[in-house]
Amino acid sequence: MNSLTLSMLGREPHVITTGTALLGEALDQQAVPRTGVDWRPPVPGTAAALAAALADPRRERANATAVGRMVSARPRLVGVRPARDVLGLEPGTFLHAGPPITWERASGPMRGALIGAMLFEGLASTPEDAEERLAAGSGVTLDSCHHHRTVGPMAGVVSPSMWMLEVADAEHGGTAYCSLNEGLGKVLRYGAYGPEVIDRLRWMGGVLGPALQAALDRSGPLDLRTLVAQALQMGDELHNRNRAATSLMVRELAPAVVEAAPEHAAEVLRFINGNDHFFLNAGMAAAKVSADAARDVPGSSLVVAMARNGTDFGIQVSGLGDRWFTGPAGVPDGLYLGAYGPGDANPDIGDSTITETTGLGGFAMAAAPAIVRFVGGDVADAVAATTSMYEITLAEHPAYQIPGLGFRGTPVGVDVTLVARTGTLPVVNTGIAGRVAGTGQVGAGLVSPPMEAFTAALAALTEA
Amino acid sequence: MTRRHRSMQRPACRRPEPAERSEAIKQSEANKQEEASLNDLVEVRAGIYHDSVSLMRVSQALAALPGVAVAIVAMATELNVGLARDAGFAVPPATPGDLLVAIRAASDEAVREAAAELERRLAAREAAGTGPREDRPPRTTRSAVRAAARSAAGEATVALVSVPGEYAFLEAADAVEAGVSVMIFSDNVPVEQEILLKDRAREKGVLVMGPDCGTAVIGGAGLGFANVLRPGPVGVVAASGTGAQQVTSLLDLAGVGVSHLLGVGGRDLSAEVGGRSAIQALRALDADPATELIVLVSKPPAPEVARAVRDLGLGTKVVTALLGPGQDDLTAAVEKVLGALGREAPEWPSWPAPAGAAGEEARGGEGGPLRGLYSGGTLCAEAAIIAGTGEFTDFGDDAYTRGRAHPMIDPALRLEALDAAESGVVLLDVVLGHGADPDPSARLAPAVARACGRGVAVVVALIGTDGDPQGLGGQAARLNEAGAAVFTSNAAAARHARDLATATRPSPGPQMGAL
Repeated sequence: MNSLTLSMLGREPHVITTGTALLGEALDQQAVPRTGVDWRPPVPGTAAALAAALADPRRERANATAVGRMVSARPRLVGVRPARDVLGLEPGTFLHAGPPITWERASGPMRGALIGAMLFEGLASTPEDAEERLAAGSGVTLDSCHHHRTVGPMAGVVSPSMWMLEVADAEHGGTAYCSLNEGLGKVLRYGAYGPEVIDRLRWMGGVLGPALQAALDRSGPLDLRTLVAQALQMGDELHNRNRAATSLMVRELAPAVVEAAPEHAAEVLRFINGNDHFFLNAGMAAAKVSADAARDVPGSSLVVAMARNGTDFGIQVSGLGDRWFTGPAGVPDGLYLGAYGPGDANPDIGDSTITETTGLGGFAMAAAPAIVRFVGGDVADAVAATTSMYEITLAEHPAYQIPGLGFRGTPVGVDVTLVARTGTLPVVNTGIAGRVAGTGQVGAGLVSPPMEAFTAALAALTEA
Repeated sequence: MTRRHRSMQRPACRRPEPAERSEAIKQSEANKQEEASLNDLVEVRAGIYHDSVSLMRVSQALAALPGVAVAIVAMATELNVGLARDAGFAVPPATPGDLLVAIRAASDEAVREAAAELERRLAAREAAGTGPREDRPPRTTRSAVRAAARSAAGEATVALVSVPGEYAFLEAADAVEAGVSVMIFSDNVPVEQEILLKDRAREKGVLVMGPDCGTAVIGGAGLGFANVLRPGPVGVVAASGTGAQQVTSLLDLAGVGVSHLLGVGGRDLSAEVGGRSAIQALRALDADPATELIVLVSKPPAPEVARAVRDLGLGTKVVTALLGPGQDDLTAAVEKVLGALGREAPEWPSWPAPAGAAGEEARGGEGGPLRGLYSGGTLCAEAAIIAGTGEFTDFGDDAYTRGRAHPMIDPALRLEALDAAESGVVLLDVVLGHGADPDPSARLAPAVARACGRGVAVVVALIGTDGDPQGLGGQAARLNEAGAAVFTSNAAAARHARDLATATRPSPGPQMGAL
């Protein structure tokens, strides 16, 4: 039999101590370098499932494969096209944010956005008419965006006539879609459905979308991986702050927009410039295509989707196919605009948590000190938020780096076993929608996902 | 599984009946209650976690405050809640993730002072765990491996896991997955998990020491309960913690040092585990340039395991120190090792009971019942075999350590047993080294003196080295002055105790040692 060398025998000791403090102190007395673990028991009731999950011989390699795909994706913006063309949506079919939901269980902003989409598609003459038809369900089909390679911010409602950003993964070949960002104020995604909302959607389909498509035809695909990496180093976390990314995007596209659509260039560029969140939707599609690359690896405990429909918060896990694991969506904790307060807030809503799913947003808070007060905290909180996410993630992103942390890669790839072991939930930055349809945004802040979504997924892993 | 295995290993050591133990606790609580008018403080605090040893120290400190009759500060496990309810506290519903505080004192003021002291101690523990928010300590072994790699001290060489047994697999799996060897101090780890970890470790080229591994010395660092050993040519592979401590301490007293001491866990050489770690450890020591001779300390391995070990074809000589009936005792095994190194065995240091003060005079040479009160399982078994008589209790057994610290840290139960002895001979072990009670004689010597005053002969097996932080010589002197006969060889201590218990006349005392 071959001899075996153990590296620990020939090296200066450096001991990791997990558990009894006394045994760590005994090493301190010997002046042996050590790294102590602040260990606490896992979430109650998960011990057996955790042991089973960690005993799964597939897990280590499966997670390496899955998260490797997530971080190696090379998302590129390749087109802007109508949903009916790219998604094959039939009239009366509406996609929405989060896990699947019925009209009966839908919250105010979700209902408002669906009403607006009915009006936009000409399937109803008045909001009341739309509401009746939606409640009756006749000729109307609702489905989750995530079931169609799509994500949508806030209500995330997509109807056949809306124009979609098309993002392709040059590494793995996937494609993902997200609608165009309408800006702030009275907008469909917050449940507003007044005439100005519908008019704006018409302009986006008639002018903005075609102009961007024509520009991309001239400029070629836009490399979103590089753009996100740069924006992180310019103070964006790519969920609640997209100012740098939007600016970079305009800089890339402006000449081509002017050349391709000279008659509309000014209004198009003015629209994009007037909305610091214009990039959010492109970033979300980039995140979606990266997360989808990590799907369906048997045995993997990697989270590939986190999404909210305003009623439920749901997650999907790589090794568990398209199953959703849900819990009640929480009300975000944050700052409110004007006279709004927590009583005006809708429970958490939107697919924008796809940014956190891929290591951006709340996970990259340390990159965005400019907005820490907006979500109720100081710079140290932002650093602590990012640092704590390394505890529940599988990797550090090779391209997305945070200058303030010594260019350390962002924490990426939530592992449900680590969530249950540490009791640490993903940090989510989010906008807060008004609970009454049509109110729009009332604030922004942080929200915690429900733990039961993660523990339910963990339990399912032991049966998969 | 653990229990059956242990009872094979330690045939003569008695295990407590659960009812007996909780009865004893109830009794002692009841006694305390009589002293006090009842002022109870009972609290359940959600989401606060501290390890059981730390909380035991806090409880001990609170109980020592003036006027405090009972202080239970513990995680609200079923066991701890049960103990508090048995003690008469009205404990509200709680989960094992909550912290239970139950204090009973003679006055409201004493309760308040105890509560204030509790806050101070918990705050100190919290502060120890938190630096600046961005520098918070890692939460899992997995995360610690990464933190270590970024630290000035460089990559971790070994992980020491001592979390409750049902969680130990998770933390150990982290280490193995990251390619770091791991010592699992925790017990109550299922054997399937042990086998799985050891198979993964072999693939990764690392070693799993344990579970239920009490001691290791790696590159001079003592892990768990570890004596301070001089560096030297002998490598040790041990399936018994206190057995290994006896062997290496005697080697040290003989002037022979140790390269590495690798524990493998008490089950490793069973047919089920098949010596997975022992084989890894033997091969590693064989390849280690600092190791010239290997000692394997274990109960007799399963035959197929013995064959596998024999067939390793190691270049380094292996001396086995096997535990159990019909085998050499550990002291004799050490003497064989010395012989293999071409050295003569010394006179093992011992300190005879002082004339007049000791029980043997008072008993007038009548002999009497022999009680073994041990903290080390292997030492207990060895002594029981040598004595061939008497009642031996291993206070390190799981049945005694659930919900409280190991007797090497918390002597309370053993002291109670010693105080209960009215006649005859009491034989006990005191194990020194890192991790153990920083001054065992401080509480033990007065109890020894009381026992001797009642006519009980006390014999101590003192396992340690001159380098140990407690100081072998000083501990021996204090126990000896209190009236105990003290031996550095457990086998010699057991023979002496047997002779005292069975002889019609006092046997000749042990020789004065070289210290």
